[in-house]
Amino acid sequence: MSAVIDDHGHADHAHGPAKGLMRWVLTTNHKDIGTLYLWFAFSMFLLGGSFAMVIRAELFQPGLQIVQPEFFNQMTTMHGLVMVFGAVMPAFVGLANWMIPLMIGAPDMALPRMNNFSFWLLPAAFLMLVSTLFTEGGGPNFGWTFYAPLSTTYAPESVTFFIFAIHLMGISSIMGAINVVATILNLRAPGMTLMKMPLFVWTWLITAFLLIAVMPVLAGCVTMMLMDIHFGTSFFSAAGGGDPVLFQHVFWFFGHPEVYIMILPAFGAVSSIIPAFSRKPLFGYTSMVYATAAIAFLSFIVWAHHMFVVGIPLVGELFFMYATLLIAVPTGVKVFNWASTMWQGSLTFETPMLFAVAFVILFSIGGFSGLMLAIAPADFQYQDTYFVVAHFHYVLVPGAIFGIFASAYYWLPKWTGHMYDETLGKLHFWLSFVGMNLAFFPMHFVGLAGMPRRIPDYNLQFADFNMVSSIGAFMFGTTQIFFLFIVIKTIRGGEPAPAKPWDGAEGLEWSVPSPAPYHTFTTPPEVK
Amino acid sequence: MTRHPHVWMGLLLWSIFSQAQAAWTVNMAPGATQISNAVFDLHMTIFWICVVIGIIVFGAMFWSMMMHRRSTGQNAANFHENTRVEILWTIVPFLILVAMAVPATATLIKMYDSSESDIDIQVTGYQWKWHYKYLGQDVEFFSNLATPAEQINNQSAKGEHYLLEVDKPLVLPVDAKVRFLVTSADVIHSWWVPAFAVKRDAIPGFVNEAWTRVDKPGLYRGQCAELCGKDHGFMPIVVEVKSKPDYEAWLAERKAEAAQLKELTSKEWTQQELIERGDKVYHTACVACHQAEGQGLPPMFPALKGSKIATGPVADHLNIVFHGKPGTSMAAFGKQLSEVDIAAVVTYERNAWGNNKGDMVTPKQVLELKQAESQ
Repeated sequence: MSAVIDDHGHADHAHGPAKGLMRWVLTTNHKDIGTLYLWFAFSMFLLGGSFAMVIRAELFQPGLQIVQPEFFNQMTTMHGLVMVFGAVMPAFVGLANWMIPLMIGAPDMALPRMNNFSFWLLPAAFLMLVSTLFTEGGGPNFGWTFYAPLSTTYAPESVTFFIFAIHLMGISSIMGAINVVATILNLRAPGMTLMKMPLFVWTWLITAFLLIAVMPVLAGCVTMMLMDIHFGTSFFSAAGGGDPVLFQHVFWFFGHPEVYIMILPAFGAVSSIIPAFSRKPLFGYTSMVYATAAIAFLSFIVWAHHMFVVGIPLVGELFFMYATLLIAVPTGVKVFNWASTMWQGSLTFETPMLFAVAFVILFSIGGFSGLMLAIAPADFQYQDTYFVVAHFHYVLVPGAIFGIFASAYYWLPKWTGHMYDETLGKLHFWLSFVGMNLAFFPMHFVGLAGMPRRIPDYNLQFADFNMVSSIGAFMFGTTQIFFLFIVIKTIRGGEPAPAKPWDGAEGLEWSVPSPAPYHTFTTPPEVK
Repeated sequence: MTRHPHVWMGLLLWSIFSQAQAAWTVNMAPGATQISNAVFDLHMTIFWICVVIGIIVFGAMFWSMMMHRRSTGQNAANFHENTRVEILWTIVPFLILVAMAVPATATLIKMYDSSESDIDIQVTGYQWKWHYKYLGQDVEFFSNLATPAEQINNQSAKGEHYLLEVDKPLVLPVDAKVRFLVTSADVIHSWWVPAFAVKRDAIPGFVNEAWTRVDKPGLYRGQCAELCGKDHGFMPIVVEVKSKPDYEAWLAERKAEAAQLKELTSKEWTQQELIERGDKVYHTACVACHQAEGQGLPPMFPALKGSKIATGPVADHLNIVFHGKPGTSMAAFGKQLSEVDIAAVVTYERNAWGNNKGDMVTPKQVLELKQAESQ
């Protein structure tokens, strides 16, 4: 490492970024790339959100009003794909890029050029994916889970673009994950042992291994689709000796670890934020690390709980039910640890803390419905209803998204050098909190009453709660434009932030000035 | 308005009626079978377990949020581990889960025991309707959505069973073990009747089993539960459970109808008769894709109005209706419709919407095609 710095010639006086647009195109700086990822994720969040607004507008009342079923299906599909692959995953990669080097005392990510490439693949992938909406025959309309044969034999022609877009996103994710692993394992400051790493670094290390393990499985899955569609194979076609259920096994072997990919980094961030605003060390650091590893391991052996009604044999059904129930144990440990961290602390409720506490409570509600869904006989009633939609939106919105918001407010002073406006931040939280609960809580009720998911129209008995859901969704959606305003306001000015704006915060990232200089830790810090 | 009191009465009744429909249902209904009641009990047990855990954990968190705030002058304690507590909150949840898994396993084993059935019914999912075949009884029929398009498009008031009504319900006898053999002719569907706690995916190339034994007669409604394309939301399930004598009478009636249908094939049909029948067939079997005016939804679902096939040689037209078009959504209707209905719908398509070919296909021609196929 030192040889590289010597070669550079003027290592002793760090230089700033290049000027103009090319700074962003050619950058290999982890902070720049982190910023790019975060802005990209936020723009995808708004785009995926606008698709959700179309869905909720159509479901505002029974009957077909705004869109036809064909287009409605494209909206549900694109909403899921854009939110999962475009918003949540890139946002966490952005946070990883910004924060992991700062947290472990590294000068940058281990593989900076690959870092640049893995980001710039994403706009290309999503341009291709979103462009399919304007093609003849429309975009993907088979749900974000794209079950064959609906997504093969019966798919619109744009499915090929969808497949290549997924390939590009997968390549991007794998490269990002390799970069995270290489950085964490090689570039830690002297004295930063594995068990001294902040939990955000730990959860990202484990997430990165999950990504490396399952993204190739997804790539294989879509490649088999490609072969079935264009090259006459029959992986998923029963008529040719193939097996449509195989598709679901392969997809969910990717898909279940994927849901932990979207939540583990949030676990890590919240594990920094709650101690900071409780002014008390994290309770049970070691058990947090082991619980994360246990969740990651279990995530590989529970995939078929998404398929309880496809007709897997009794023994298989029982195995997947038991394994799924087991996940509640390490997840429970995490929740108990967060609650114990707050216990007898000295609590204040700045915006990051509000989002973090809401994260713990609302994610737990999503966990409870997950526990209910794990009971296979009961799942026969829940499967593919709005109860499931409520469940995974509770783990993804107040889970992943609130985790990202909490992180953004927590680290905005470090990124921009300014304090955000606390009043506006709290307003953003409360509007999001109320809107999100209004939107998603009633979905439990309509699901239990028997409303299937992914339908553009419904019986009158579901009308009232759907209207409430839509109002909540519009409220939540509009509020996020307000978040954009808060962030821009913080970038452009505000009270200057000290190096460590939160008195209870711990970690190396607070030892550098705010805003963090373009190059940090060119000389590794000493960790005791 | 005062001169028309019945209008006010009507509005009043309507508002009470719609209030009754607009039930703010928040929970699952217990159901109509032993199994669905067992499932409901499992659902409520796990729900209350979650509520209790939630009250304890969230209670502790809210206590901290109220009592351990810095603004109350609270100084932070410094503890950060407690091995005994940590072991306890690993083991106790584990034991709760085991306690939960035991009744769930017992119920699941019962649900999987589809042996010794009294009646076997093959349920086949099609885009976008259900087909029921009473095995060994020579009775089979399609069950289509009965809600008129005007209600869906908000041109007329929606009925109580909006989107949950069909032309021909599945009919079952009360208190008999019915085994369902569930499969699909195209994409994956899922046959779901909440009152029976039966939900089974209908998968092309697979036959899945499920069973039920319904305690009391009545109408039970459900919907397709797996995204299956454009009209996934428009393929409901209605099951009519009758007393055993009523069921027998119904079955005999259906058998007689089937025999009658066979006679229709040998009848001499006029073009006009075929067109009239074809109009009806078209509006149940074809309209979802090819649309009311034959305009289709290109490019996924081509137009028939003025199309090469509907105005070309009769044999090609019959062939595509009979065999479908592999690799597209166009199904092989040779297996779905009777000879008369195929003849009628082809004749209709060739003469509707200004296609005006003036020719026709007779049921006998369709029968010949069918016989040629089976040889």
